[in-house]
Amino acid sequence: MTDPHAVTRFDEPWHAQLFALTVALSEAGLFPWTDWTEAFGATLARHGLTRALDGGADYYAAWLEALEGLLAARGLAAPDQVAALRDAWEAAYLATPHGQPVRLDLADRPGH
Amino acid sequence: MPHDHHHHDHDHDHDAHALLPSDPALRVKALETLLVDKGYVDPAAMDAILDFYQNKVGPQIGARVVARAWTDPAFKAALLADASATLAAEGLLGRQGEHVVAVENTPEVHNVVVCTLCSCYPWPLLGIPPTWYKSDAYRARVVREPRRVLAEFGLDLPEGQAVRVWDSTAEIRYLVIPMRPEGSEGLDAEALTRWVTRNSMIGTGLAERPA
Repeated sequence: MTDPHAVTRFDEPWHAQLFALTVALSEAGLFPWTDWTEAFGATLARHGLTRALDGGADYYAAWLEALEGLLAARGLAAPDQVAALRDAWEAAYLATPHGQPVRLDLADRPGH
Repeated sequence: MPHDHHHHDHDHDHDAHALLPSDPALRVKALETLLVDKGYVDPAAMDAILDFYQNKVGPQIGARVVARAWTDPAFKAALLADASATLAAEGLLGRQGEHVVAVENTPEVHNVVVCTLCSCYPWPLLGIPPTWYKSDAYRARVVREPRRVLAEFGLDLPEGQAVRVWDSTAEIRYLVIPMRPEGSEGLDAEALTRWVTRNSMIGTGLAERPA
């Protein structure tokens, strides 16, 4: 029997994390949801100029770019800090033996 | 890099590091780390949001609303008059405080919902939108050539039935109340819930006998 109410799942864990992060930031009052949809809509429109977006991976790529831009514009997350943390996470993954939890030591974080 | 010294039975992979996430996944982790560190976002709040959207809501919620509208004329009238207030009374209004408008299909008018800006959608009633709802192919085309797009969903509407396209926004989300199908007479709201498909509440399908 097919389920007429099948729930849409996130394809990748980071899609889910990105979604939750954005909703949590808005619910915490850091930006109104209308500002988010405007920023996201503008990014989707820009990406859609060169190709037809399929609504899957390219949709979340646009979402991430829009959120990074919105947070940078509001002074909530500076791009250089985000980039440094991204590299710190990459280094942490490369330095962690397979099967062990990957952690970012507070002392390793830029700004600490 | 310090190596694990308990490697006697793991020699084949003693150099293997944790699987490196993709670039976007690393960027999301970076944002989360920074924003949590600054106290802008609470990881527990993120977990609660994910639990809500992955486990609590989905099309079954909207289907219950539609099935009740089919069987309870007073509820249907209230829903069509002021869906936000009616759903709020049921605890079904969105976390963003957006308004919901219910639009009813009739033999004269078939309603279909899109978000041409991004992917606004009645999350508390239908959950996360399907991939096609977020695609350019749907978002751009359903406004220009709705009948053709609906035909691609297997929906051939009678000539005499007009198609009305509703463009969602961050502030207003739409729920289509599909027509109650023939063959569903005498069923109660609970049984009818299974007839209300997700697509019938977006307008890209009709309510139908459960497969």
